[in-house]
Amino acid sequence: MRVLVTGGRGLLGSAVVRELASRGHEVTALQRNPSLSGAVDRCGDITDPAAVAGAMQGQQAVVHMAAKVAVVGAWEQFEHVNVTGTRIVLDAARAAGVRRFVHVSSPSVAHAGHALVGAPAGAADPDRARGPYARSKAMAELLVLAADGPDLAVTALRPHLVWGPGDTQLVDPIVERARAGRLVLIDSGSALIDTTYIDNAASAVAAALDRCDHPDVRGRAFVVSNGEPRTVAEVLSRITRAAGVPPPRRSIPFPVAMAAGAVAERAWEVAGRQEVPPLTRFLVEQLSTAHWFDQRQTRRALDWRPHVSLAEGFARLAAQS
Amino acid sequence: MVTSAPASLPPSGLPGLDPAWSRLVTARDADDVPRTWHVLDTHASSPAEAVRATVLCVHGNPTWSYLWRRLLAEAPPDLRVVAVDHLDMGWSERTGTVRPLARRVEDLRSLTDALGLAGPIIVVAHDWGGPISLGWILQRPDDVIGVCLLNTAVHQPPASAAPAVIRAARWAPLRRAVTVDTTAFIRGTRALSGRRMPREVAAAYRAPYGDAARRWAVGEFVADIPLEPDHASADTLTAIAEGIRGLRVPVLLLWGPGDPVFSDRYLHDLEHRLPQAQVHRYLGARHLVIEDAPALVPDLLTWVQDVLAGDAERGGAERAAARADKSSEPLWSSLEERARRAPDAVALAEPQAGDWRQVTWGQMDRVVRDLAAGLAGRGVRRGDRVSVLITPGADLVAVVYACWRIGASVVVTDSGLGRRGIVRALRSAAPEHLVAIPRGMVLARSRAVRIPGACIATSELATVAAEGRALRMPEPPTPDDEALVAFTSGSTGPAKGVVYTHRQVQSTRDLLREHYGLGESDALVAAFAPWAVLGPALGIASVIPEMDLLRPDTLTAHAVAEAVQQVGATVMWASPAAFRGILGSAAQATDADVQALAGLRLVMGAGAPVDASLLHGMARLCANAEVRTPYGMTEVLPVCDVTVAGIDAAGPGPGVLVGNPLPGVEVAISAVDDDGVASAPLTTSPGVLGEVAVRARHRKERYDRLWATERASSRDRGWHRTGDVGQLDELGRLWIGGRLAHVVTTADGPVAPVAIEQAAQRLPWIRQAACVGVGPRGTQVPVLVCVADIADDARVGQQLVDLDLLDELRGTCGVELAAVLLRSDLPVDIRHRSKIDRSAVSAWAETMLAGRG
Repeated sequence: MRVLVTGGRGLLGSAVVRELASRGHEVTALQRNPSLSGAVDRCGDITDPAAVAGAMQGQQAVVHMAAKVAVVGAWEQFEHVNVTGTRIVLDAARAAGVRRFVHVSSPSVAHAGHALVGAPAGAADPDRARGPYARSKAMAELLVLAADGPDLAVTALRPHLVWGPGDTQLVDPIVERARAGRLVLIDSGSALIDTTYIDNAASAVAAALDRCDHPDVRGRAFVVSNGEPRTVAEVLSRITRAAGVPPPRRSIPFPVAMAAGAVAERAWEVAGRQEVPPLTRFLVEQLSTAHWFDQRQTRRALDWRPHVSLAEGFARLAAQS
Repeated sequence: MVTSAPASLPPSGLPGLDPAWSRLVTARDADDVPRTWHVLDTHASSPAEAVRATVLCVHGNPTWSYLWRRLLAEAPPDLRVVAVDHLDMGWSERTGTVRPLARRVEDLRSLTDALGLAGPIIVVAHDWGGPISLGWILQRPDDVIGVCLLNTAVHQPPASAAPAVIRAARWAPLRRAVTVDTTAFIRGTRALSGRRMPREVAAAYRAPYGDAARRWAVGEFVADIPLEPDHASADTLTAIAEGIRGLRVPVLLLWGPGDPVFSDRYLHDLEHRLPQAQVHRYLGARHLVIEDAPALVPDLLTWVQDVLAGDAERGGAERAAARADKSSEPLWSSLEERARRAPDAVALAEPQAGDWRQVTWGQMDRVVRDLAAGLAGRGVRRGDRVSVLITPGADLVAVVYACWRIGASVVVTDSGLGRRGIVRALRSAAPEHLVAIPRGMVLARSRAVRIPGACIATSELATVAAEGRALRMPEPPTPDDEALVAFTSGSTGPAKGVVYTHRQVQSTRDLLREHYGLGESDALVAAFAPWAVLGPALGIASVIPEMDLLRPDTLTAHAVAEAVQQVGATVMWASPAAFRGILGSAAQATDADVQALAGLRLVMGAGAPVDASLLHGMARLCANAEVRTPYGMTEVLPVCDVTVAGIDAAGPGPGVLVGNPLPGVEVAISAVDDDGVASAPLTTSPGVLGEVAVRARHRKERYDRLWATERASSRDRGWHRTGDVGQLDELGRLWIGGRLAHVVTTADGPVAPVAIEQAAQRLPWIRQAACVGVGPRGTQVPVLVCVADIADDARVGQQLVDLDLLDELRGTCGVELAAVLLRSDLPVDIRHRSKIDRSAVSAWAETMLAGRG
């Protein structure tokens, strides 16, 4: 299959490009800077209709991953990239006669902040999603799923907390913080969370591409994870152990952490700093609230199972550092 | 203010009510006046469609057909459900006439004729719908194939006042005010529901009774309750009450025992008139039992299917076959035999004021005969139930065998149930008579439990026996008379009454006698005191050792040795707690004690699973004893047993090894599916994890007044579903993995908790562990909650362990534990102090692992 992958540069993007190529697909990667992934590279922005249309020529399928991912930032930027950008890619795909469209979304599109315990993939809800990233991704997912039709089969995947060797989003900040002795647990870190080892996320995307036109798959959204929920404390400890830095030992109570997050957000705002503050209320919530998912439907519908266990994943993480 | 008004359709939007069910039907009443009824009908749009049967639902006062909405909604398509509104009630016509009982029966006939209801018909009625529909049934008995009654009455039981609520509402000056002028009666009736009814549902019940004119019949209904013999409706009601004695169709009585109007005594009256009736009391439910008990409608539909299959008396054929078996001798025959041959030998010894009280076989036989005749003289009849609230000992033995001799059934309530549990148990078993120690007599006098017949204090027993000497002994019971109502421990919900017939108790005795080779040369130390009752049936002497019967861990090795010497005991039954007491005091045992203990050839655990370490300890202490632990439950005991050597030889396995089924006992497994439901057919294939089912001659007759529970537990014909999960191995041995309700339902299949806990507890630093499932059924993750001896620096926060311990535990348990949580102790049940309260543990783990949010 000739597949266009948008956002082929990040941890998941490059893994997906590799995975699809290894399965014999002809992969074209569209992103702002060269992907260096070995695929046919097209440089361009997904908010540029001409660039997208150009890259879309002759493609049979699309894996849409390009997005603005950040904890803070102006809503307009999120909307521009994540909503408008998705609409442009979707329109171009339809115009070019593409038959399959896999949209990479996020479990946060259906998360209103309460504990998720063995939860199903709920409907994306822009009104209740927390923060501009989640809201924009929720709008994008609804847009994509609504486009399912006789000519185009679409599906949305929501990989949860993807990590692996080379991860700069999740692993690196944890390791840096632990090295500096600043990694703390909130409420002992006893909340159970799902995570996804990178290779499993990539194989799930490939499976979704294969099964996209199946009636149990098309028009639906699926949360993807390793299906091995662990406490926050264990996840952080495994990551720090793999990196050879001290594990988190101290725990602060939830209200203290929330207050600290609020102060940091405010201080960064007042100072006009652009980077993400060290602690935000969103992060505090994420680190103290259970979020793990019912994976039965995902596995059945995609005919997929994670092939790298958490234990194996952490071993690979340790081997790399 | 008697006004008339036409029938109408209910307003739309009433919760649970499908507008497509409503229809208006016109028919001529007994005075040839055309009247219009409102009825709910699942086949309102296709009344001519062929169905397997029609269920006719008749409401009481002051409700309406809305009462039956869930039955209409849940009935299968081939069942037609018709629920009527009486004239002047619900949405039916307001006639402006007085319609006493006889006329209401006529009205129902006119309506059903107009509806063209043809058989087979199953009638379901509540409250005053009971007498009306029963009156109707007596007019056309051929069509009716089953009757189900919910909290109703056909007769004021003798020597009992009408319920205060009704009596008050019947008092003429008050009646209008309560029933018509205000909505007090209607509100009050709904308040007779034990659950908080949603506001919209309460409003729907009230909807047809908006103003005084529409409520008029509510008052007339109350006025028509014949409390006095000269009441206009008294004859009609009496005719119905007597007439139903001739009913030969299956009857199901579904009851809310918390009903202050139609209390249990009305249930007992109906049971007397309808001896074929099956009964289910929904604990906690009140007058509006159908609202209070969510299981009622599914249960009722299950019964309807049984009736349609001609199988309402489930297992009838099998029971008939069992009755043909005449081989087993009565429970008292060994007692008589030994009294004849060795009248002066000791039959029972018990500690008394620092000394021993000994009863010989001759004395015991004499007392039992005298007491039996004396009890009969006090009014105890064959088939009556007698509650015995007596500490295990000579008095208990005498009363139990005296009751059995005259065919009275013994209701046994363990003091471990606590006062509340005993009251609840006695209300459900409803014994006619009581024999009790002073504390039990207080209970009877407190009116918490109503005992209609004899109440006899243990201090009076000598008098009763003396009375009996001059009386003739009544005829003995047949093997199929009820012998015993025993109560389950209640550690998994309210205690359930378990009914045994003489035949089943005899089978238990025969199995014990044969399997353990018990003969006259044996004698029993009943350290699990209730077993002392079995001694006379087995024909072996028994002795109760010195101990606090409520605290079995007070038993000492010395006390056992003394007991052994009293009767030359060879066998001991004891609970795990008693084993702990014995082993804890073993160091103080003298050489003479040890020598006495060497006289035991068989030591048995009882009451709860026994730790292997305790069994080993007992084997060391009692030099010549084979130590065994049986597996069984109140419903069938014993099922399997295993020796301590057998446990050692088997090594670790998928749970607790309980051994091979005893001779004549069959064990099979119903596989647990991914959602933790054991619905698969029974199998004896090894390695299948599922619910354990048992078939044996000595299993229970049924659960008492818990028809639906019984139906579920015996859904495989002839088998009892135990609620335990386990698996058989290649050698036919049974391994128990926990309770069905505690199976962890992971996405990769069900996991039984016990093997995991055992594996964890083999680590030296784990003192106690409970494996529970967290998350929704079918996608749970296993979590281990434990009490552990670990250093502070191996902890993360208060509740978590570090990675090294986690890895060790996961490796040992062989399962992907999502988390390991630490506690300073685990909650245990009150009765045994040994069963971990897993529901509490899993709720706690769920909260811990949910974090904030």
